[in-house]
Amino acid sequence: MTRLLDINDLHVTFPTEDGDVRAVDGISLTLDAGETVAIVGESGSGKTVTSLSVLGLHNRKRTRLNGEILVHTEAGAVDVVSCNDEELRKLRGSAVAMIFQDPMSSLHPYYSIGNQLAEAYRVVSKASKSDALKRCVEMLDLVGIPEPQKRVKEYPHQFSGGMRQRVMIAMALINNPRILIADEPTTALDVTVQAQILSLLKELQREFNMGILLITHDLGVVAEVADRVNVMYAGKVVERGSVDDIYYRPLAPYTMGLLSSIPSVYGKGTGRLSAIPGQPPSLISLPEGCSFASRCSFASQVVGASCATDAPHLIEDEPGHFARCHLALADRRTAGAKFAAKGGNA
Amino acid sequence: MISYIARRLLYAAVILLLVSMAVYAIFQFLPFDPAALTCGKNCRPNLIAANRVRLGFDKPVWEQYWLFLSGIFVGRDYGVGSAAFTCPAPSLGYSFRQNACVTDLIKQALPVTLSLAIGALILWLIVGIGLGILAARFKDSPIDTGSTVFVLIGTSLPTFVTGLLLLIYLTLKNNIIPLNFDGYISIFDNPAKFFIYFLLPWITLAFSFSAIYTRYTRSAVIETSGEDYIRTAWAKGLKPKVVLRKHTLRAALAPLTTMAGLDFAGLLGGAILTETIFDLPGLGRMSLKAVNDFDLPVVLATTLLAAAIVVIMNLVVDLLYAVLDPRVRVG
Repeated sequence: MTRLLDINDLHVTFPTEDGDVRAVDGISLTLDAGETVAIVGESGSGKTVTSLSVLGLHNRKRTRLNGEILVHTEAGAVDVVSCNDEELRKLRGSAVAMIFQDPMSSLHPYYSIGNQLAEAYRVVSKASKSDALKRCVEMLDLVGIPEPQKRVKEYPHQFSGGMRQRVMIAMALINNPRILIADEPTTALDVTVQAQILSLLKELQREFNMGILLITHDLGVVAEVADRVNVMYAGKVVERGSVDDIYYRPLAPYTMGLLSSIPSVYGKGTGRLSAIPGQPPSLISLPEGCSFASRCSFASQVVGASCATDAPHLIEDEPGHFARCHLALADRRTAGAKFAAKGGNA
Repeated sequence: MISYIARRLLYAAVILLLVSMAVYAIFQFLPFDPAALTCGKNCRPNLIAANRVRLGFDKPVWEQYWLFLSGIFVGRDYGVGSAAFTCPAPSLGYSFRQNACVTDLIKQALPVTLSLAIGALILWLIVGIGLGILAARFKDSPIDTGSTVFVLIGTSLPTFVTGLLLLIYLTLKNNIIPLNFDGYISIFDNPAKFFIYFLLPWITLAFSFSAIYTRYTRSAVIETSGEDYIRTAWAKGLKPKVVLRKHTLRAALAPLTTMAGLDFAGLLGGAILTETIFDLPGLGRMSLKAVNDFDLPVVLATTLLAAAIVVIMNLVVDLLYAVLDPRVRVG
């Protein structure tokens, strides 16, 4: 396995007038060639901030980054946190590419598709205009856009949402990047188009042996494409493991809550969808102990530690399966079995 | 695209026709006898009657309107015999006050107003857009604060104050820009004198517009910088220069075309305050004088001209916008 990305103890803080917003609070993860690592969590859990920081796409003046983001390129590893603007710019598009949540607004409305694709290609490869155009047509064909010769001259508003996301994928992959960051790539699309885009991504991943960092809140999408999963809550990873670990043997109460809030057509028919009670904590004043404690139904069953005052650590409970919880492992296994995804629909 | 232009031209023609009718109708309701206005205080009834016939005021209103309208295309003859004279096409009427065809009066005044408006437009676009971009690019820096102060002063000082202050301090007290006694000089005759002649009027007129354009550009650039497609541009690995010039400015400044086009059209109708302060013989001063003198044919013509300019500039702006924004392009 070729290691593509190492994130070590990354902290992302936005200083504001009310205090520091700790959007990402010490996350570590790795990504190898050919695998898909998912980051799952609700809005505000820090998953998008994590993905944007890999490309340094925040306003760097207003963000404090601590830790290490090592991007392994053919020429060696580059630390995104400490490199300068120019080194960072050279990583973008060539080593790490990104596709975004909303394909409707991610393409420039004033320039033709061909112009935007060729621009992405030429900034890295310095190809001639005609070569770039050829490459654009080739890429559009690859992502399944019919009549690419003709459509390359068209403008974004002449494409449907699904087609625009295909264009975004073509643009991201035009320089053969080793890492693709997909930030909620299917959230803005309708369900049938979602499936097409996901299978396209998987197909292209096999072809180019890319590592994909997938950011999503949709557990269905995770089940379909991810190899490993990181569940994030309030800026921290609360559970990490293979897809099967997360779906069938969840060990963190937050993951169990997420699983039980998936609407299921095979459900027991109680009629009501369960939701995790309460709200995520403010990222400005995180609680002293476990940040999930106030919403956790198991907090009262914890023996020997206090959820309210001691923050739990991410511990490898099973080989390759990590969770952040004070509750005894045996109790969590029993509870997890109850919440586990009921096959098929997950 | 061609059918779109043809359709828009047709609409413009219809609008102009309606505007001309409305303006003409308004002047019919004024409590003046246009014939009596032709000869001032020592008018004798027989002279008024003669002028009434000469200028066609004895005919029914619709026929007068028709004569006015056809005069624009074929010219117009007034009177008969030895007293006859002609205002060739495009004729916009005859000013008895000034004893001249209105078209000739406009021909004299238009270049002055045009020179004033074009020069001011260029000046305020350069200052406004330039300062706006700088303020957005260095947001919250001293440059940004400075631009905010400029915007405040520019939008709150009326033209007659700026104009007079400039006149007092740049010309009368310090003689930095010399006073011109020669009157209007065309750029083609003497460019140096032309620039000196128009420098103060340009600065005066461009001052408040620059402030408005600075504020608009600053907020448009800041807002556009937060768009998803700008994030895409950064993610492609483009140089900051390219992101700003090709991606951000193109989208941020396109709506400025509309603003600039309409502001420019408004000025072509005559910048009354500026022209009055600096005594420029342009359309604005001409209209003002015509209003004071009850010179109705001139007022009618300048009103119509101003309306026509606005309609035409609207068309130009829309066509320009279709070139700039592919989403606006139609069949």
